[in-house]
Amino acid sequence: MFGHTKSPRFRAALAGTLSAGLVFGLAACGGDDSDSGSDADASASAIDCAPYTKFGDIKGKTVTIYTGIVTPEDTPHIESYKPFETCTGATIKYEGDKSFETQVLVRARAGNPPDLAIVPQPGLVKQLVSTGKAVAAPQEVSDNVDKFWDKAWKAYTTIDGKFYGAPLGASVKSLVWYSPSEFKDKGYTVPTTLDELKALSDKIVADGGKPWCAGIASGDATGWPVTDWVEDFVLRTSSPETYDKWVNHEIPFNAPEISTAFDAVGGYLKNDAYVNGGLGDVKSIATTTFQDAGLKILEGQCSLHRQASFYAANFEKGTKVAEDGDVFAFYLPGKDASTKPVLGAGEFVVAFADRPEVKAFQTYLSSDVWANTKAKLSSGWVTANKGLDQANLTNPIDKLAGGILLDPNATFRFDGSDMMPAAVGSDAFWKQSTAWITGQDTKTTVDNIEKAWPK
Amino acid sequence: MSTATPVTTPPLKAEKISTAGVAKKRLSSPWASIAAIVIAVLWTLPTFGLLVSSFRPEREIKTTGWWTFFSDPTTTFENYSKVFGEEGGVNLAAFFVNSLIICIPSVLIPMSIAALSAYAFAWIKFPGRNVLFLMIFALQIVPLQVTLIPLLKIFVSIDITGTFWTLWLSHATFALPLAIYLLHNFMREIPAGLIEAARVDGAGHVSIFFKVMLPLLTPALAAFGIFQFLWVWNDLLVALVFAGGGDEVAPITLQLANLSGTRGTAWHLLSAGAFVSIIVPVTVFLLLQRYFVRGLLAGSVKG
Repeated sequence: MFGHTKSPRFRAALAGTLSAGLVFGLAACGGDDSDSGSDADASASAIDCAPYTKFGDIKGKTVTIYTGIVTPEDTPHIESYKPFETCTGATIKYEGDKSFETQVLVRARAGNPPDLAIVPQPGLVKQLVSTGKAVAAPQEVSDNVDKFWDKAWKAYTTIDGKFYGAPLGASVKSLVWYSPSEFKDKGYTVPTTLDELKALSDKIVADGGKPWCAGIASGDATGWPVTDWVEDFVLRTSSPETYDKWVNHEIPFNAPEISTAFDAVGGYLKNDAYVNGGLGDVKSIATTTFQDAGLKILEGQCSLHRQASFYAANFEKGTKVAEDGDVFAFYLPGKDASTKPVLGAGEFVVAFADRPEVKAFQTYLSSDVWANTKAKLSSGWVTANKGLDQANLTNPIDKLAGGILLDPNATFRFDGSDMMPAAVGSDAFWKQSTAWITGQDTKTTVDNIEKAWPK
Repeated sequence: MSTATPVTTPPLKAEKISTAGVAKKRLSSPWASIAAIVIAVLWTLPTFGLLVSSFRPEREIKTTGWWTFFSDPTTTFENYSKVFGEEGGVNLAAFFVNSLIICIPSVLIPMSIAALSAYAFAWIKFPGRNVLFLMIFALQIVPLQVTLIPLLKIFVSIDITGTFWTLWLSHATFALPLAIYLLHNFMREIPAGLIEAARVDGAGHVSIFFKVMLPLLTPALAAFGIFQFLWVWNDLLVALVFAGGGDEVAPITLQLANLSGTRGTAWHLLSAGAFVSIIVPVTVFLLLQRYFVRGLLAGSVKG
């Protein structure tokens, strides 16, 4: 009964799958060839090799780097290491893995860490340091960071007086996506204060539209976009100083300042007149994935979507992301035009080995040379490295984000939920925010998060 | 051919209907067939939706459900060309070979060890046999997750990380308890007379194993082989933990997980990626499906 008689149909199916497998196998071989051929053009920008000579002869040595940055953002990373490889003769082995955040801890604990890890949260840096496997950054890196970064950045990875990792890339979260053509057609202007933002939202409502679209679903991280909203509004309705106290738990999570910020966010996200453009009512925010929510801007069903600079990658190929294009972003304004709080995030390079080649490569990554090399190669990437020449940022959204990051009047603050203890920052804050969106009141929400804070 | 149904076969004498006969009759009734069809359709529907999705353009996938395909059919092969690494990105094809290199030894190693030890447990009398067998049987209870870090520590200390050995050894280790149990039960069912006859003819354990047992064991071995192959091919957790070392040892599942991009912005490629990685399991299933069903019963029927 079960395949004793091999029917012609069975054979055809079998032949089909087998030949498809064969085709892929051949494609695999073909792919390898073309990969090795494209090395030449990347190292076009030659760099000054002098800073790396003092690490001795590291020719033929290998440095492994482990990150959560995968396709397609990994290609510019790998390309940007080429000048260093040409200089020193060392090889950089790049390993991208989406489960980086859990796996790097497993590997550190088991004694199998990579040489370098690109860690996206200060909280995780702390956890890695507590495994005892991370090593402090060399003096050269520390000097580079003093020279090229705002000193707030150095503090994020300084643990018990030791400095563990230089910042690498950064992203700006205080952005609102909009459609420049819609703004032009309807005579809207980009707001420069929070009041203007509110007025603009009301105007869109008066014109018969739903101004905002939002989505917070993100698998087991559902709720994180709300935390960004709240952080942005703590910075705006209170002050960066209050924000620092809040993140470090010097004021409780249910302090009046934080409730005020929640309510201010609620004025947008829990306002049936404002949301959820093209997607449904307030509750649809909780079930829409963060990747999909802003796409309604392209269809004209939604006018405003608050999301970080990386959201640019979400629009399908062929969408023009520019000030005169299909979609672009503006800076989520401060309380008034003179204050410019910026919420952002970034990555840090943490080392688990102090061999000369690892130190040399760390030094390269913390330099202005690397920042500029990387900026030339990639799109959708910025850094807070002050050595970055803005002219090297190629696409408009990077220019915008880079301009905001390097603006001397801007007050940068790192994403708070990434710095809070994991029980809050990647658990209670997310879950309670989701409950808050679906109807829970502000007081219960902040009280519950405060209760979850580890004593 | 007219009104009354002609009685072509005389009604069977109804005295002796075996249990199998009753089961057969009930299972082939139209109602059972309808139920089977309904279940089959329900279970295939998500996969079918995935297949349809894999041929839709990015914008459509991201904004509408796959069923809208029928009212507005637009197809594209772009998703497939993207998972094969056109214009950079991931090339799943390159990881096919890795997955095969991981799978084949991960099936053969536990299979050979389990066959030998199952023979020992079934037909060689030695002190402590029952206790030892019970311990191996009990090992099935241990969830493999608790062993991940200790095992990785061992691999680090013997310096084989970043090679295929970590995956082969760990998959083999995780498979052995069930494999030994399954094959042991199968071997116990073989009549003792057969082995005694071989012994009378002057065969030792080695020739009994190779000349008497192995030919009889084929269906059980094949069944275990299929299970193990599918398990290893579809495994992500073990690969994530032990395959640390870059693209040289990463299986296709790892790349599939990375396919959607750093922030999940390219999730529209997942349906195409899933269908690419499904090819090998489907082939294996088609080739060996008759063993599959027989294997499901292996070890469960005791004489």
